[in-house]
Amino acid sequence: MTDAHTTTPVNYSDYETGEPVVDKAGPSGPIETRWERRQFGVKLVNPANKRSKKIIVVGSGLAGGAASATLGEAGYQVSTFCYQDSPRRAHSIAAQGGINAAKNYRNDGDSVYRLFYDTVKGGDFRARESNVHRLAEISRNIIDQCVAQGVPFAREYGGLLDTRSFGGVQVSRTFYARGQTGQQLLLGAYQALERQIHAGTVTMFPRHEMLELIVVDGRARGIVTRDMISGEVETHLADAVVLASGGYGNVFYLSTNAKGCNVTASWRAHRKGALFANPCFTQIHPTCIPVSGDHQSKLTLMSESLRNDGRVWVPKQLGDDRGPNEIPHDERDYFLERKYPAFGNLVPRDIASRAAKEVCDEKRGVGPSGLGVYLDFDDAIQRLGRPAVEAKYGNLFEMYERITGEDPYKVPMRIFPAVHYTMGGLWVDYDLQSTIPGLYVAGEANFSDHGANRLGASALMQGLADGYFVLPNTIGDYIATNNLDPVPDDAPEVLEARRSVDDRVETLLSINGTRTVDSFHRELGQIMWDYCGMERTEEGLRKALDLIPELRREFWNNVKVPGTGAELNQSLEKAGRVADFFELAELMCLDALHRNESCGGHFRGESQTPDGEAARDDDNFGYAAAWEFTGRGQAPVLHKEELEFEYVHPTQRSYK
Amino acid sequence: MKLNLKVWRQRDSVDKGRMVNYEVDADEDMSFLEMLDVLNEKLILAGDEPVAFDHDCREGICGACSMVIDGQPHGPQKATTTCQLHMRHYSDGDSIVVEPFRAGAFPVIKDLVVDRGAFDKVIQAGGYVSVNTGSAPDAHATPVSKVAADRSFAAANCIGCGACVAACPNGSASLFLGAKLTHLGEMPQGQPERYERVVNMVETHDDAGFGGCTNTGACATACPKEIPLDVISQLNRDYLKATVAGRRNRG
Ligand SMILES: Cc1cc2nc3c(=O)[nH]c(=O)nc-3n(C[C@H](O)[C@H](O)[C@H](O)COP(=O)(O)OP(=O)(O)OC[C@H]3O[C@@H](n4cnc5c(N)ncnc54)[C@H](O)[C@@H]3O)c2cc1C
Ligand code: SF4
Ligand code: FES
Repeated sequence: MTDAHTTTPVNYSDYETGEPVVDKAGPSGPIETRWERRQFGVKLVNPANKRSKKIIVVGSGLAGGAASATLGEAGYQVSTFCYQDSPRRAHSIAAQGGINAAKNYRNDGDSVYRLFYDTVKGGDFRARESNVHRLAEISRNIIDQCVAQGVPFAREYGGLLDTRSFGGVQVSRTFYARGQTGQQLLLGAYQALERQIHAGTVTMFPRHEMLELIVVDGRARGIVTRDMISGEVETHLADAVVLASGGYGNVFYLSTNAKGCNVTASWRAHRKGALFANPCFTQIHPTCIPVSGDHQSKLTLMSESLRNDGRVWVPKQLGDDRGPNEIPHDERDYFLERKYPAFGNLVPRDIASRAAKEVCDEKRGVGPSGLGVYLDFDDAIQRLGRPAVEAKYGNLFEMYERITGEDPYKVPMRIFPAVHYTMGGLWVDYDLQSTIPGLYVAGEANFSDHGANRLGASALMQGLADGYFVLPNTIGDYIATNNLDPVPDDAPEVLEARRSVDDRVETLLSINGTRTVDSFHRELGQIMWDYCGMERTEEGLRKALDLIPELRREFWNNVKVPGTGAELNQSLEKAGRVADFFELAELMCLDALHRNESCGGHFRGESQTPDGEAARDDDNFGYAAAWEFTGRGQAPVLHKEELEFEYVHPTQRSYK
Repeated sequence: MKLNLKVWRQRDSVDKGRMVNYEVDADEDMSFLEMLDVLNEKLILAGDEPVAFDHDCREGICGACSMVIDGQPHGPQKATTTCQLHMRHYSDGDSIVVEPFRAGAFPVIKDLVVDRGAFDKVIQAGGYVSVNTGSAPDAHATPVSKVAADRSFAAANCIGCGACVAACPNGSASLFLGAKLTHLGEMPQGQPERYERVVNMVETHDDAGFGGCTNTGACATACPKEIPLDVISQLNRDYLKATVAGRRNRG
């Protein structure tokens, strides 16, 4: 049985380093024309042939929705899957702040090159230059496309698009639709997708969860899904498979992700041979509403834009238990302004998060749990007047009050960092193809563009760039150059994949132990937060690498999943996802342990500058770490992709 | 606080279903769904089946959560989805009745989970602008007045939850439909297909089993995103223009 626990022959952390992994698809030469040259080099599929070519897309978020619609328009036969009841509910819907594009409508010195530069630097020099440059180029087409779809972006009185500056960059390049940019962009993609469903080019499978990848002769040829209503296990075959299944932040249990976000699609592909790159690169967002108790099921993000006018502080004195309004200004520690006078409250996310953790570690945190800092609008209200603050942030203040019961116009908000985004993901080449031929990965599920830290408003850009513009072009090359024979329904690889899904479902249902899936997930999340969160140390990571397999073993012996497999069974769905999170968690800790440097969202306690800032080690770690699966609990093999920086020269970030 | 819940339990789409009483211990900081999580953990450990309900973002934006709480879709708090409703609005000893969204076009799948696929069908009939990827002019080629963009946004804000349908005595989806027609109808990009769109979407709405609108206004009261009732007036005006005045130029 695939999921029975086997004893570990080699210590998990004694990994070996294998052959380097190389991006063979990306052209060299001048970076400005690489994408153009790649597009020209792509072999085209005869339009008449497209109709007979089948592509599976797992995911209906910005990446999957945009890819499905565009591939449908191009004439392919597309099957699209999502676990929600409608593709419109993909987690992209929740993105608030905005989407970057190098339009330079403001004439403030923005350009494709500047967006490229900012993204490579913001990613702390752990992303591939070619991909990032392409992303910056395409960013402009995205805005055009979305406007043409009728996306109601914010506008100025003259009727032109409004922009704002976001996430510590000095130009105003972020397009937005109130605090609901993700919603409006996703509805644009969703509507384009529904149009193709109507036209018959795309078949939609909502409430279908992908549980296995089918690999035949080394190529991705299909997936096995479970119909979440009937429980039926189904086979879907195709010429190519696209995973656009989102990020894995929910490995921490508490995160700003939607409850259903999971790693299963990516992890199943990883187990079948797709390398998983930089799993430990996680983004922790500084401004989220703090945990209020053990019942907490998810965390809510408060838009980063609040830091434009809000001031972050904690009491200077240890054990000061006065209410925030009773603490005079000179007894408050505005710690971001103190430590980073140049950027103040606007330092990048990773820095703001770590500074908040530091003051809470010193026991100066606020709120019932001591895990919180104030975000205060007192000065802003005095300076601008309440109506101006209301106009800018009214909806966010309301949301805060709805959740906490406190009025932020009167009492400062309490915020704390929370897991928000995962930069790591399946390794892909310039064409977005994974190490399994015919398996493409788009959006947050791949590792491609953000290096060790993602800039605000860049995930939406990447999801739509991948989905609308990159993947529909590059996948044609694979289809045109590989004339694939149809795979019979009863091919041994198909039967094996189905059997492994059946076995897993059956095992989970038969354990009938004494603990719920959620209780395991919470415990796993706590381990990850404590040891693989904002600050990681060798000691902590080794401890996590002991605790995780122990807990995983208990899970497989003691989890209780009620009901049957032949019905809507939400406990069973969760159990399958948590089972995969266990394996991912172990890999994340190993990746974090092996990367003995601090970079971006990955802060190793051992690798600091004398004044406590992150110290990168380019000589030893200037690569993307792509891991090969060798068996559950068994040491994986590391493949390095050496990163070259021909254009943006690595420098140490400084925000002092 | 101790609460007495009466929850609709229904095994599958053919089961008749019934109300079942439960007691649950809640905390005032919990959201309504976290209170149900607590109930479910208790049920699982007691060897019972947990209550199935749809949810995902738990931030009031994905539109997945869908419960009728004490007779009101999404419960008593104005402009708030079920997932954003918090238990501090309840007190010790309260009884709460929880049922699925009910409507002819939304069959129950299990417990509190219903099938809202009919909404997607309505969008398929024309809830889009027909532009292929790659064919767009520069975003600034067509200015859009701020007023129109804001009005469009207010309608585009619809999360597709279906509370309007559940609240309507006729099970009509006119508010949902009007919201999409207003979103696209306010934008210049939506004009070329405006009249064709309304006819096709109304037709599909009726075929999908949604009822007719008799202007009760219950939909707008229940809507967590405060979609204004006047989107239905816009729907009616456009429909009239498209049909009576024969403005339907294609198809
Ligand atoms: C609260 C919040 C705010 C954010 N704000 C911003 C912002 O302002 N700007 C910005 O740029 N980014 C923002 N982000 C990040 C951004 O929203 C995401 O990175 C991005 O939307 C991911 O898109 P995606 O298409 O890759 O995946 P998703 O939108 O997560 O879609 C994943 C899809 O895969 C499907 N799926 C997953 N697993 C399976 C499976 N096993 N079987 C079948 N289907 C499956 C799901 O059903 C879904 O359709 C924010 C994120 C959060 C959490
Ligand atoms: S109109 Fe309101 S109630 Fe109806 S689906 Fe949209 S958001 Fe929900
Ligand atoms: S769970 Fe997303 S709106 Fe309630």
